[in-house]
Formats: sequence, structure tokens, C-alpha cells
Amino acid sequence: MTGLADTPASAPPAGPSLASRLRAIFFAGPVTSIATVMLFLIVAMAIFAPLIAPHDPIRLSPATRLKPPSAEFLLGTDAYGRDLLSRVIYGARISLIVGVGAAVFATFIGLVIGLAAGFFRRFDAILMRIVDGLMAIPSILLAIAIVALSGASLWTVLVAITIPEVPRVVRLVRSVVLSAREEPYVEAAISLGSSTPRILVRHLLPNTVPPLIVQGTYICASAILVEAILSFLGAGINPETPTWGNIMAEGRVYFPINPGIILWPGLVLSVAILSINLLGDAVRDALDPRMAKRGIDR
Amino acid sequence: MLRYIAQRILAAIPVMGFVALFVFLLLRLSPGDPAAIIAGDAATPEQLEAIRERLGLNEPIYTQFFDWVSRLLQGDFGTSILSGTPVIDMIMGRLEPTVSLALTTIVLAILIAVPLGVIAAWKHGTLIDRLVMAISVLGFSVPVFVIAYVMIQVFAMNLKWLPVQGFKSIFDGVGPFAERIALPTLTLTLLYIALIARITRTSMLEVMGEDYVRTARAKGLREGRVLMRHALRNCAVPIVTVIGIGFALIISGVVVTESVFNLPGIGRLTVDAVLARDYPVIQAVILLASLVYVVINLLIDIAYVLLDPRIRYA
Repeated sequence: MTGLADTPASAPPAGPSLASRLRAIFFAGPVTSIATVMLFLIVAMAIFAPLIAPHDPIRLSPATRLKPPSAEFLLGTDAYGRDLLSRVIYGARISLIVGVGAAVFATFIGLVIGLAAGFFRRFDAILMRIVDGLMAIPSILLAIAIVALSGASLWTVLVAITIPEVPRVVRLVRSVVLSAREEPYVEAAISLGSSTPRILVRHLLPNTVPPLIVQGTYICASAILVEAILSFLGAGINPETPTWGNIMAEGRVYFPINPGIILWPGLVLSVAILSINLLGDAVRDALDPRMAKRGIDR
Repeated sequence: MLRYIAQRILAAIPVMGFVALFVFLLLRLSPGDPAAIIAGDAATPEQLEAIRERLGLNEPIYTQFFDWVSRLLQGDFGTSILSGTPVIDMIMGRLEPTVSLALTTIVLAILIAVPLGVIAAWKHGTLIDRLVMAISVLGFSVPVFVIAYVMIQVFAMNLKWLPVQGFKSIFDGVGPFAERIALPTLTLTLLYIALIARITRTSMLEVMGEDYVRTARAKGLREGRVLMRHALRNCAVPIVTVIGIGFALIISGVVVTESVFNLPGIGRLTVDAVLARDYPVIQAVILLASLVYVVINLLIDIAYVLLDPRIRYA
């Protein structure tokens, strides 16, 4: 994706460096700073899981079933004797892969379709009916149906979560393109005889980048949530893989014995989603203060 | 007015058409033989052939689609692979818990969220405002099933105020019904409160900068009257819109909440159907949920005209 700085129209005047601008966004206030640190910790946890996790997250160990928290097992163990802390640490991996993957795919696919819809009017009429139809289907039900049909794997779960997000991106991109194509610089480009792909990429695409970055963070948060719900309902990635939703699903029967099996992954999951949403808000406020008022569809 | 309503209804029909087409194509385009997906792993070739025959899979695809849609229009949603009963009967039998949960959730959310939003906007920038915003961010971010288990831990296990699971029909007495629906409702309503409180606050803030609010205050009207009669009334359109959008969230939330609290509703039916790969049931639930969503949004479009006389025949 083209960065902001690559486009001549919006090249920033020589000013504060990129690092200090990023710092101004991600450490804008106490709440945003905490969100940044939390998300950083969760990402680090995912990347360095094998180094941090004190035990094997998958190997069964019947001798240590359902132990309460202790020095060896900080959060206790699950019904198969596996260390809960290690499983929660490994769980961050699937969540982040699904979150980032869905955000990237949905944004990219939605961008291409949205640009086309905004620019080619004839294509638009049919496409918007399809988008309306897709948006009428509740996203969890759609995701459940796709996984149920194609079998659960990381890949199908990712596809199932991405598809319901695409129409929302299409709508966003289309509305940006529709208002931008009325601008004098686009009219000028058309009358100068610029080719259509050039107008799309050089003049219209840059306008969509700021709202898409914001929308992308919200998609990431919602994808992590939907993945956890799918796993929790038993319609997600296979139950042996430590995902936060899977750990919680296994903990349901044992909730009266060890509520931690559900509450700990639930806490980390909530913190992850909360941090991403808060950072999305921070980026939105920094990129375009007016966007906060318009209220981007989340 | 009538023309406007007719236009909205006509516009909703193609949307449902595309939903049906999509649900239809989902089964046909998924990798593998649809008959094998429906029949499961243990099916014999004869069973597969019987399913193919019944679904009309040997016909051309457009014939299949139109046959299927015409059966849908007659209320025939097919039969469950698992139990062999008509899907529509299964859904009707599970309707009550789901409708009860959805209605109590929406009513409770509106009763709590609208005043919260108004107060937050009125006391803009104060601690109360920040608190309302914090609740709303939390409501968006904490997953429904996490909230559910915190509720169970606190109200059912620690305090022992409410039963953990189950459902009693309201026709068996209001007491037992309320006792069992309370926790699921509290759980599900948080997300909805977040959504409605947020939009109420934002639109109130916008409206309260308007001239007519200043005029109302200058006339010496009491603050409560200014807020309710002059400000909140003009926020009706965005609030009602969000209530409609939130309906999709409710449907998703119901699936999870029913599963946690063991309510025998549509949500549980769906999850059981997914685990058993009972595709006709999943298909019917998606179609009906989308239909409900489209109809609610249609009603909201019509409500706009009643709420705001400036909107006419848009």
C-alpha cells in the first residue's frame, strides 16, 4: 500500500520527524500510552512465546490435572494438566495472526472493489446491491456458515472472518472516492488526459489511506473477537491449538472448579481488543480530527 | 408518505434476493460435493444420490436456485439432516427464549443508555462524562462471553442471587422468567448500552450547540425541558438508526449468550447445527436473521419520516 509520504499531494512540509509524530500519536495521553504498552507486551508475548512460556502448551500431563495456581504453574493447570499461563501466552499468536491477516485482506480487497465502484458508475449500481445483501447477514452467522461448510483451519477461519468485513470497507472507500472525484484536481487530471489507472492510483487512492488505516485497526479488533467467539462455540480452529477462545471453551465445564481457565484468557483477550480499539481512536484523532465527529462506522 | 413506504419496501426486495443468492451459492461454491458436505462422513453412495435427488443437484444451477426460492416463499425451508423434521418447525419451537432475550435486552439498553448519553453530553468534559465514555469503550471491547462468565461468577456463584442457567417461559410466571433471563440480559445489554450511549452523547453535543437550544435557554426554560424537548428530540434520528444497526450485534450476541447460559433458543439451535453440520438449519437461520434485520431497518426508514418531518420521499 502506498504510504502517505509517497504522494505528492500530501507530502508533509519539512517538520517534526516521523518518530516524533508517531510518538505524538501513540503516547498522546495516559490512556493511549497504556494501550500502546499493553499491545506491545501482547505482540512481544506472541513473538517470543517459546522463550517466555514456562511449559509445553500442548503436551498432556495427566498427573497435574486441574491444579490451583502455584509457584510452578502460576495460573494453575487445565483439565489435561497443561500449564494455563503457557497456553494463554501461545494463544496470542493465533489471535494476532487472524487480527492482522483479516485487517490486511479485508482492507486490500475492499479498497480495490471500492475504488472501482466509486469510479465506474455502471458497476456501482449492481455492486452496492450485493454489498447491501452481504451486510444484511449478521457477520457471526456468516462466518459460522463458512467455517461449517469448508471445515475449520486457520485459513478458512481467516477467510470466514474477512468476508463479512469487506462490504464495510467497500462502502467507506466508495464514499471517499465519490466525494474526491468532484474535486478540481481530479477534474483537472481528467481534462489533462490522465489515464484512468493513473487517476485512481495517484489522485483518488491517497484520499482513502487515512480512513482505511483507522478502519483497519477496528477490523483487526473485531477479527480477534470473532475468532475467539468461533473457537469458543467450537466452530473455530481445532481444539488442540491453544487459542484464547479454545482455552475458554475447554474451561466451561470446569468453571466452578477453576474459574481462571475462563477468566484469564478472557482478561487478556479483552485487554488486547481494548488496546487496539483505543489505538484506533488515537490514530483517527491524529489523522483527521473531523473524522471523530463524523463517526466512522465500526 | 405511502409512495415513500412503497419505495422502501421495493428497495428491500433485491437486498433479500441477494442474501438468498449468497446463501445458495455458499453451499454450491464451497470446496467439495455439497451432497457429501450435507450427508457427513459416514454416508453411503445411495444416501448421497438420494440427497442429490432431493436437493435437485442434478438439475442446472439456475433451475435449482429458482426452485429453492419458490419453496422458500411458500415457507418451506427444507428438513433437518439430523432429525428429519421441517426446519421451520424447529425454529418456531426455539423462538420464545430468543425473542424474550432480544426484547428485554433492547428495552433495558434504551432505558439505561439514553439517559446516560444525555447526562454525559450535558456534563460534557466532567468526570461523569468520562465515566460514561469509559463504560462505552469497555462495552465495545470486552467480549460477550467474558462478560457472561464474570456475571456468573459474581451474581450466581459469589452472591448466589440468581440461577446460573436455564429458561422458564414468561407464561409460567413472571418471577421464574425474570430470575432466569436477568443474567443473560445484563450480559448482552452492555454492548448495546455502549453503542446507544455513545451516539446519544455525540448527537446531543452537536445539537446543544444549535441556536434553538440557546434560544430555549434564553427564554428561561428549565434545563430539563431544554434537554428533553429541544435537544433530545432532535437526536431521535441518529439514535433510532443506531438501534437498527445494533440489531445485527444483538443477533450475534444472542448466539453466544444462549450458548453460555444454556437457553434453548435459536442461538443454541445454530451452534448445535454447526457442530452437527446440519446445513439446512444454518441456512434457514441465516435467511431469517437477515430478513429480520432488513425488516427492522425498513421500519426504521419509515420511522424517520414520522420522527423528522423534513425527511420526505428521499
